[in-house]
Amino acid sequence: MVERLAIGPASVSELAEPLQMTLAAVVQHVQVLEASGVVTSEKVGRVRLCRIEPAAMSAVEGWMVERRRAWGARLDRLGDVLREENAKQPNEENL
Amino acid sequence: MNRSNTAHDTFVIERSYDAPREQVFKAWSEPTLKARWFAGSSDALGAGYELDFRVGGRERNRGGPPGGAVYTYDAEIRDIVAGERIVYTYEMYADDARLSVSVATVEFRADGDRTHLVLTEQGVFLDGRDSSAQREEGTRSLLASLGAELDRTAA
Repeated sequence: MVERLAIGPASVSELAEPLQMTLAAVVQHVQVLEASGVVTSEKVGRVRLCRIEPAAMSAVEGWMVERRRAWGARLDRLGDVLREENAKQPNEENL
Repeated sequence: MNRSNTAHDTFVIERSYDAPREQVFKAWSEPTLKARWFAGSSDALGAGYELDFRVGGRERNRGGPPGGAVYTYDAEIRDIVAGERIVYTYEMYADDARLSVSVATVEFRADGDRTHLVLTEQGVFLDGRDSSAQREEGTRSLLASLGAELDRTAA
């Protein structure tokens, strides 16, 4: 259920379908998840929409986001170094 | 409930540089140049950063916030095609805890006088440990108590 919600928000019936659980059982599990702070839910029209609490997933997602961010920053710095090397003036080489 | 877990991730980052391919490759292969952009400063060379650029050679980078965990990047170069390609594997550690194991492929493609760089990283993230280790520990115990609770309600 948590894995499904990691993909994106889902209604109670969407959560119930692949798990072959009754709606009542799913509601009960969602309540446990909410009490644990892993999931939040809100009523949207006639549907109860469940979503993952971002902080609970931050370890794995944080790692993935951080790897991309770190590489993006490094590759931008590489661009700076290449520009500096190209623009190097004789008097700067002594610095 | 499993005590260990893994998460896999693959991503590609591309950049175009206004420099010939040989020069961009040099910025990856010469330790003094690579330290400047990879470790943040040429001063890092010999002070936390090292690079032995050959197949089987190691690259290491250590650092972290004062008083906090020491993060270690430990890489081994697996394949080099001069001017064209570098493949290496690396592990990340927070103190002694292994955080991740990755394969990185860097490709350098000439585009006139410019260079198109493609970096592909494939990694496995181990046991949900990361820089927010304490929060993760909190999440882990939260999920453990949640699992126990679900076992109870399912029984």
